[in-house]
Amino acid sequence: MSSANWMRALGRISLWIWAVLGLLFLFTPIFITVLYSFNEPSGKYNYVWNKFSFAGWSDPLKYPELTNALIYSLKIAVAVTLIATILGTLLGLAMVKYKFRAKGIIGAILILPLTMPEVVLGFSLLTLFVSVNWSRGFITIVIAQVMFSVSYVAVTVRARIRGFDWRLEEASLDLGASSLRTFRKITLPLIAPGVIAAAMLTFALSLDDFIITYLNSGLDNTFPIQIWNMKRSKIPVQINVFSTALLVISIAITITFVAYSNRQSKKLVGLTEGTDKVLAP
Amino acid sequence: MTTAAAPSRFRRTHRESGTDDTSVPARRRFTPWLLIAPGGLWLLVFFIIPLVSLGVLSLEDGGISNYSNVISDNATVIIRTFIYATIATIAAIAIGYPLAYVIATKGGKYKNLLLALVVLPFFVTYLVRTLSWKILLFDGGPVVGVLQSIGILNENQSVLGSPFAVIAALTYNFLPFMVLPIYVSLEKIDWRLIDAAADLYSSPARAFRKITFRLSLPGLFAGTLLTFIPAAGDFVNSELLGSDRTVMIGNIIEKNFGKEFFRPELSALSFMLMAIILVGVIFYARILGTEEIV
Repeated sequence: MSSANWMRALGRISLWIWAVLGLLFLFTPIFITVLYSFNEPSGKYNYVWNKFSFAGWSDPLKYPELTNALIYSLKIAVAVTLIATILGTLLGLAMVKYKFRAKGIIGAILILPLTMPEVVLGFSLLTLFVSVNWSRGFITIVIAQVMFSVSYVAVTVRARIRGFDWRLEEASLDLGASSLRTFRKITLPLIAPGVIAAAMLTFALSLDDFIITYLNSGLDNTFPIQIWNMKRSKIPVQINVFSTALLVISIAITITFVAYSNRQSKKLVGLTEGTDKVLAP
Repeated sequence: MTTAAAPSRFRRTHRESGTDDTSVPARRRFTPWLLIAPGGLWLLVFFIIPLVSLGVLSLEDGGISNYSNVISDNATVIIRTFIYATIATIAAIAIGYPLAYVIATKGGKYKNLLLALVVLPFFVTYLVRTLSWKILLFDGGPVVGVLQSIGILNENQSVLGSPFAVIAALTYNFLPFMVLPIYVSLEKIDWRLIDAAADLYSSPARAFRKITFRLSLPGLFAGTLLTFIPAAGDFVNSELLGSDRTVMIGNIIEKNFGKEFFRPELSALSFMLMAIILVGVIFYARILGTEEIV
């Protein structure tokens, strides 16, 4: 009996240790990214720790090609987030609120881009652009990124708004509100946390994407592409400085959003309970 | 027909539509298509049509012999690609499943914090994450030092350039995609089932095998796809951390896409990569018996 308990305790402890090691595995490279933003490398490559320094942080804009690439990436991300969030949210709404023929096929087409290697998606899109003689640049990058982001947005929005009480909309219409007012006062607040989550995901995916973007970028450089092009000449500290800054900003935005969406969902629970009382037979 | 429809519509709107969200008043039959049209057209023009034309292009000039040429020219690379992706996926399951299990069952009030740590890597762009692996694995770095001190590596051997470096980074880069779906399916489990199994004299190991593991299969399936597919199509890890010995299918496409777009062989190679993955996905779904989640 006691030996079985010992075994169980041992199993539990080793499970914990394994999980902590897993977290360390995930965390270490991020820690390295931040740590090496404070390095002063001895050569052109920021690969080996030399000495602690604020050199990178005090001169973040030293390489204009890197700064411009980051600004370019942010522009792309804004455009992609706007387009993909709108298109994907509409798709997600259609999938949750309506029943229609071919729903299964549409659902499958939505999932399909997520089950394809990026290099295939990127290369096939490139062959299309080449065959219609469309020169690559800002627009083709946005087209490519929206293509895979739409699916992420639709799937995220669908998951977040499934099971909502759409009677609220009908109650509002019955009480004489116009459809526009109903959309603004009921539908939008209802779907907002899901849509914002999807938009944040899209923004992150856009900044993160390399393979599809690279294949369809022509001569334009996003932040990752600029790093890729630099890999044989120099890897400056500024790469880590920008990445650390983006990391801190992302964490701050995420914490703000989580706080907001917790408050929002509490409000919605109250609203739905109220409707239940009114509509209960 | 119209007289019958009117009262039933009234009844639905005011009583049942909350529980039966599938009911569709006739006037709204076109609304879903209006909502689908913009995103659907985007996917049709920029996803489906390019894939079809890639397939057509891959058969130009030589027809089906393009495929046999590509396979015989790149046999080693193709096999290597799928071996790397398979090992990386298995490693991701070995690391990710226990992690997801601990977060889902023992996380308590720290659950969200732990999940945030799992997603944290996504806040640093993919290429920079991979560069951090290069720092970690660099000659004279921590990993090489440990491996040399315990005698796995000789004094003058390095990790960079080896298959180990590429596979480790592939595992790392897609690990969150493994943890999250497994976590989601474990989170949904009604743990009273485990209590019931214990009451009925099942050993914890048996209860895990028969209940927990079975119910987590959809998550494991999704996680496997989300890890294996990007790993099989990757060229970044091999390029930044590998060498000539670690060339993958993606590297061949990356090296040639600029100069020889129209080479049907390159289209055949990417089409084949996709086809093998699709066949693998269907086969894997059969084995796990989780077809409904695809």
